[in-house]
Amino acid sequence: MRENDLILQTVSKVAVFIILTFGVYLFLSGHHNPGGGFIGGLTLSSAFVLLYLAFDVESVNAGIPLNYKMVAAIGVLIAIFTGMGSLLFGRAFLSQSSAYFNLPVFGKTGFATVTLFESGIALGVVGVVITIMISISEDV
Amino acid sequence: MISIHAFILIPILTAFLIPFIGKQFPKWHLGWVTLAVPILLFSFFVSKIPVISANRTITGSIPWIRALDLHFAVYLDGLSLIFTLLIAGVGSLVVLYSIFYLSKEKESLSHFYAYLLLFMGAMLGVVLSDNLMVLYLFWELTSISSFLLIAFWFHRKKSRYGAQKSFLITVGGGIAMLVGFIMLQVMTATNSVQEIIAMRDSIQDHELFVPALVLILLGAFTKSAQFPFHIWLPDAMEAPTPVSAYLHSATMVKAGLFLVARFTPVFGGEATWFWLVSGVGIFTMFWGSFTAVRQNDLKALLAYSTISQLGLMMSLFGLGSAALQGGASIDSIIYTQAIFAALFHLVNHATFKGALFMVVGIVDHGVGTRDVRKLGGLLSLMPITFTLSVIGSFSMAGLPPFNGFLSKEMFFTAVLNAHEMSMFSMDTWGLLFPVIAWIGSIFTFIYSMFIVFRTFLRPYRRERLEKDPHEASIGMLLSPIILCTFVILLFFFPNLLSKYLLAPAMNGILPTYQNMEGFIPKISAWHGFNLELLMTAGVVILGIILMNTYRFWNVIYDLFPEKRSLDRGYQWLLAASESGSKKATDHYMTGFLPNYLYYIFGFLLLTVGGTLFLSGSIVFDPSNDAPVSLYEAIFVGIMGITAVGILFAKSRMTATLLNGVLGYSIAVFFVLFKAPDLALTQLVVETVTTVLFLLCFYHLPEWSKEDRSWKVRFPKIILSIGMGALTVLIALSVQGNNLFESISSYFEDSYELAGGRNIVNTILGDFRAFDTMLEVVVLFIAGIGVYTLVKLKAPQGGDKIERK
Amino acid sequence: METVITLLVGLLVSVATYLLLSKNVIRVVLGSAILSHAIHLLLITMGGLKKGGVPILGDKVETYVDALPQALILTAIVISFAVTSFFLALMYRTYQSIGTDNLHEMRGTNDE
Repeated sequence: MRENDLILQTVSKVAVFIILTFGVYLFLSGHHNPGGGFIGGLTLSSAFVLLYLAFDVESVNAGIPLNYKMVAAIGVLIAIFTGMGSLLFGRAFLSQSSAYFNLPVFGKTGFATVTLFESGIALGVVGVVITIMISISEDV
Repeated sequence: MISIHAFILIPILTAFLIPFIGKQFPKWHLGWVTLAVPILLFSFFVSKIPVISANRTITGSIPWIRALDLHFAVYLDGLSLIFTLLIAGVGSLVVLYSIFYLSKEKESLSHFYAYLLLFMGAMLGVVLSDNLMVLYLFWELTSISSFLLIAFWFHRKKSRYGAQKSFLITVGGGIAMLVGFIMLQVMTATNSVQEIIAMRDSIQDHELFVPALVLILLGAFTKSAQFPFHIWLPDAMEAPTPVSAYLHSATMVKAGLFLVARFTPVFGGEATWFWLVSGVGIFTMFWGSFTAVRQNDLKALLAYSTISQLGLMMSLFGLGSAALQGGASIDSIIYTQAIFAALFHLVNHATFKGALFMVVGIVDHGVGTRDVRKLGGLLSLMPITFTLSVIGSFSMAGLPPFNGFLSKEMFFTAVLNAHEMSMFSMDTWGLLFPVIAWIGSIFTFIYSMFIVFRTFLRPYRRERLEKDPHEASIGMLLSPIILCTFVILLFFFPNLLSKYLLAPAMNGILPTYQNMEGFIPKISAWHGFNLELLMTAGVVILGIILMNTYRFWNVIYDLFPEKRSLDRGYQWLLAASESGSKKATDHYMTGFLPNYLYYIFGFLLLTVGGTLFLSGSIVFDPSNDAPVSLYEAIFVGIMGITAVGILFAKSRMTATLLNGVLGYSIAVFFVLFKAPDLALTQLVVETVTTVLFLLCFYHLPEWSKEDRSWKVRFPKIILSIGMGALTVLIALSVQGNNLFESISSYFEDSYELAGGRNIVNTILGDFRAFDTMLEVVVLFIAGIGVYTLVKLKAPQGGDKIERK
Repeated sequence: METVITLLVGLLVSVATYLLLSKNVIRVVLGSAILSHAIHLLLITMGGLKKGGVPILGDKVETYVDALPQALILTAIVISFAVTSFFLALMYRTYQSIGTDNLHEMRGTNDE
């Protein structure tokens, strides 16, 4: 169905890594700068979409053997269970908390439970977007 | 006292357990298990007789929904005690009888007994509730269980028809009753029946008083099968005979009488109440007995006789309510006797009619038919059954030495007294009561005799019967024997019943007459030669004559052909409403999506636009606007042209790309409006969406041209412009009317509250994390939806199998 | 600025409504996508435009634009993406089973 797009494939190989890095950066920086779970997740999935566009579905699936429905489900479960974590401390469902630690290499580092929650969101987004893409494109 | 609550709930809870017991012990006949429940209930309520007969009441209340004044409140007085004893007592006998009537192998007993117990609990709830809403709840529950029991043999078409009919009529009446209850609640601001009774004087002039009265009576009339709502009861006879004996003669159909008795202290003395209850009652009494005579099916005959007897009791309650007109006085105490007679007959009817139903069940079981044209000469073959039927039907006909004689005499006394009433314009119409009652009693005599003579005497013709007739087993005979014993015992010792049960009930219904001389009469069989005795004698003589000349005068029934009966009216109404609603629905449910959207948008325009216009809240105040820069103006222009361009796009590819332009322009606006997170998200989402569109196009044909005729386009254009204008108006009005302080400043403390500097992100992840979590769940559901839509396909022909 | 954007939103809503009333399924799906564009713009306009800095706490600016509509829109964008993709899958599947993309031909009475 597709011609052999050498240029697209070569560029993609590089671009995918840049996009992936950017996605992770967006995801991590969300607390203080623009970014967050949704944007990070969407950017990550756009990298995968690019892969699927440049190569065909079979070879990408062979390279990254992931069941994206499971990824989405795991993401949703993470989001729910981190919300429940606060119940253990007698707080309301989905209460978040954050703290700062002085780590040897990184210096003053913030860590917040919201990051866990957001990682669930990001995984969910990635899983769903790619599931939708593959479902429609695979079915011929 | 909590225990009464428990006893209402025991049968209902057991009903849920019955199927499991049936599974666990398949060898047991479930009837034996079930039997324990009514016996337990009966002994409990018998143990309450000493308390109640000392003129005390037992009350208790469990709060349920306080804000709505909804409490599970119970109230046990003499009236409810009579009913509880009937429910539990007849219930025990019926369950015992059913053990031998329903075979374990053929019938689905767990269903039967579960429904029966459900009914028992619901009926107890009806007679014991003090809270209107709880009463209504149990009331409808009896209708539902009755529906299930009538449709017990659901493979028969007639069973389903009868079940649906009874359900529609009784539930319809129940809803009317609910409205009446709500009106009462509005008038008195309480849901407690006893409190309402105490407030009687203050609500009598309220404008809702009479409507509430009529609506509550509608509920009572439909339930108690009063004319013209009686048509459901004959069809309800499709139920197994134990059910007919229990629900449709002894208990459920008397719920309407209970309701009338319970509300007599509230509405009694009102002319509307008097005329409706006694008038409808006496006519039902006549019509039921008149129609019963022509029936060939023994059960149908008994059904019409039940209707007639219910009418008799209903009219007595109505006549007795006259005693409350103008307050309690020694002059009108004579009218209270009607209510006494009603209560007495209530008990008597339960005994003899229960026995008769069981007898008919035995005949049906033993012979295989209930058609009197085929029956005859069973006397020598079923002697015990014959004796029982004689006791039952002679009591029903009002002959001594059976209890029916006593209450029939009292009925005559009551109608004769009513004839002399000086209120409610009875001096002109009063004569009708004794006359109709007398005529009705003649027919009652005739059909009672028919049961005995046509079934057991006449020549025996084996060739017309399906089975060899034989006497029933002792287990089946036990219950009717017990009931018939009561029939005779009550004739000889009626005053025991009067002292322990009827007197407290009378005090409950007519509290103002309590302790007055002559309020509780002494029942005796012999009053000397008076008018009542003459009337009875006349009934017997005329009855015998008419019975023997039946074939000469039965042409009278041709005056009431099937075609023009009420039943046909009901069927026509049902069919007409079904076809009418189908027609109406077909008219607007076209299955064409744009039509539905027209309704939705049109309605939105009408309501929201109308509200905006009528409330005059359209405001336009651009003074607070930010200035427009050149770039922004350019982008607005681009978006406007793009949007209009989509409408004229020749190919779907162009349209999708133009949609993409719109999306990216919005991302630009997000940047201009200081929303970097949004801009990023919008860019990625727009890309992915466009890719998705293109993927789909790969599988779909090029889009076809829309209909270009003005007839199609004009309404579309009008509606579109309307929607756009409405949006603009709403948005401008919202900006112009600053009614509330913005809450957004709260989130600007996000660093202190949530430890994040990005306000948008802290809202998503912390302040409104619930939204975000559910949002990702929605996204997930959509993903699964897409996957299943595309991937899962029913195998060839799967649709057809499903449709079967 | 607010008034201008509001008028633009009105135009977008009109176009979206017109498309939604079409017979062709693709037009309907496009209409729903444009409708969500319009609503996103409307939401952000409701919070007031250009009234302060980017809503990220820092030392330089004192006032920020309203962050609440932004959070709502972020949610809305993702949901509308989910809805659009579901519509597309539905459209695709319907075409496969019934063989038409015309709503007028889709109305059936067999299953009602």
